[in-house]
Amino acid sequence: MKKTLATIAALMATTGLAQAQEVLNLFNWGNYTNPDLLTKFEEETGIKVVVTDYDSNDAALAKVEAGGHGFDLVVPSANYVPIWTEKGLIAELDMSKLANHGNIAPEWMDVPWDPGRKYSVPWQWGSTGVAVNTSVYSGDINTSAIFLDVPEELKGKINVVPEMNDVVNLAIFYYGGEPCTEDLEVLKKVRDGLVAAKPNWISMDYGATEKLTNNDWAASVNWNGSTMRARLANPPVQYGYPKEGYPLWMDSVALLSDAQNVENAYKFLDFIMVPENAALISAFARYANGIAGSDEFMPNEMKDAPEVVVPSEFKEAGHFLPTCSPKATEYITAIWTELQK
Amino acid sequence: MSRAEESQRRASARNGWLLSAPALVLLALAASGPLLIVFVYSFLEKGQYGNVIWDFSLDGWVGILFSRDIFDDTLKLADAHMTIFWRSVKLSLLTTFITFALGFPTAWFIATRPATQRAMWLFLITIPFWTNLLIRTFAIGEILRTEGLINTVLVKLGIISAPIQMLYNDGAVLVGMAYVYLPLMVLPLFSAIERFDMRLLEAGYDLYASRMQVLRHVILPIVKPGIVAGSILVFVPSLGAYVTPRILGGGKNMMIGNFIELQFGQGRNWPLGAALSMTLLVIVTVALLFYVRAINRGGTGGGHG
Repeated sequence: MKKTLATIAALMATTGLAQAQEVLNLFNWGNYTNPDLLTKFEEETGIKVVVTDYDSNDAALAKVEAGGHGFDLVVPSANYVPIWTEKGLIAELDMSKLANHGNIAPEWMDVPWDPGRKYSVPWQWGSTGVAVNTSVYSGDINTSAIFLDVPEELKGKINVVPEMNDVVNLAIFYYGGEPCTEDLEVLKKVRDGLVAAKPNWISMDYGATEKLTNNDWAASVNWNGSTMRARLANPPVQYGYPKEGYPLWMDSVALLSDAQNVENAYKFLDFIMVPENAALISAFARYANGIAGSDEFMPNEMKDAPEVVVPSEFKEAGHFLPTCSPKATEYITAIWTELQK
Repeated sequence: MSRAEESQRRASARNGWLLSAPALVLLALAASGPLLIVFVYSFLEKGQYGNVIWDFSLDGWVGILFSRDIFDDTLKLADAHMTIFWRSVKLSLLTTFITFALGFPTAWFIATRPATQRAMWLFLITIPFWTNLLIRTFAIGEILRTEGLINTVLVKLGIISAPIQMLYNDGAVLVGMAYVYLPLMVLPLFSAIERFDMRLLEAGYDLYASRMQVLRHVILPIVKPGIVAGSILVFVPSLGAYVTPRILGGGKNMMIGNFIELQFGQGRNWPLGAALSMTLLVIVTVALLFYVRAINRGGTGGGHG
């Protein structure tokens, strides 16, 4: 009996030890979290961050909604934040625990998807445009014609990322519509334009950073940061801002309503709003963050990178995508299915 | 005496059922439970941002065959869906055919080795299973891509001047699926051929049958169960393939698996996704029934005069 008790005590002691290591479960986009950031956080707080990847807003939403996920923080895109809020999946933040909340740059404070930043803090923001290997095509790259009226040199060499909202909305801008439009005339042009252009595309796939670098693709609809990473490895790859209009996006970190490690989550949220740490986030994935004063900690090559600092003549053309209405989503999905049949 | 035997047999049968009951219950729940959920979901209304609303609706099922034209609002035969279904069936049939064409000689070769060597050859066949499917598929991509193994070698040898585009089309998907599913064809074929009595070959030749005739009238009918089993094992998973078309097909042309995924993800139409999953199940069941009937017919209709 004594022996049994001793064993049980020993067992309890070991599990107690195992629990001493504080953890935080971060549910974030793949290839998006700087390992150095996590190391630094662990050194400062002793909290170990476990990252789980997802590759689309919808996948993340479905997984968390199903329950039993065990995550504490999630990083939804701007147009998805209202969905998360509406469904009660993310919690309103307790500002008393976020001393650095004031570091959020003024232009990223009163955003339409989260006025006053009550639910989310900035992670990174960027744009969806076109990446072109200028040694293959030397014409104007600041246009969606790159993938909708494919230039001769790029035929059969251009990829389109399978990101439904980004791609269809790029086409909507190109044919003169508003994002998430329900205008059937525009949508018809969009459908016909996309379907006609598709035979000129090599694929509809992710992984542009690698495939632009190793010359599998000569061009791609792509995100700015990914394009910068490709350019650093393969200089002729340039980023074009479609002048007809292009989507801007921002991913923000939010606290899940059923988070288990709430205190640790607050520590992390406060941590990433320190300019130096925000710069670490950007240094990895090569997107801008939304924290004032982080610029001076940014890696040198990012300070004047054309992918990160939007040239003034293209600033106007960038638009944040609203959360599309169910009707607009239905239209967009129908066009997308037609495109991928 | 015979009554005692009878009751004893009944008792042991009853015990058998009782003993296997937990396993059967578990199997029934684990297999039919999720299926039931999918079935129920296919009859519900879709939620605004994914998920379902608990109201009865046939929209999911109607959506398989028909789609409301977004431009003139008429209900039309959904030709995009038909194209996707047909591509899946076509590629799966081709995969089955290719694996058979490659697998039959392979299985024959192994089965005709001395018994002591067969284990080693079979072992070699199973080696690909040691690595994750995803990694194997990416490896095929590395071989096929523009600056990949094949193109580099061909260009270096001066056989072609510019790389051939081999990746990101149906051909690449076919190569990938044939590679992945080949062992599933070889193994049942091997076990059928291994049981084949080689003396029948001699008998055939003695009766002046040509090699082709021996193959068609002696070998194939006898190893038919192996062919059927192998074809099922290849055809069924091919139909639901997701990873291979996604990686090697470049995502440009969907198969059913990818189409279902779209509905649960960006498409936000779970009932349609559920109805599509049930349809896939029906297609697979029909294929199985077809095979079972083929087997039975072959079994009774043997005997060449």
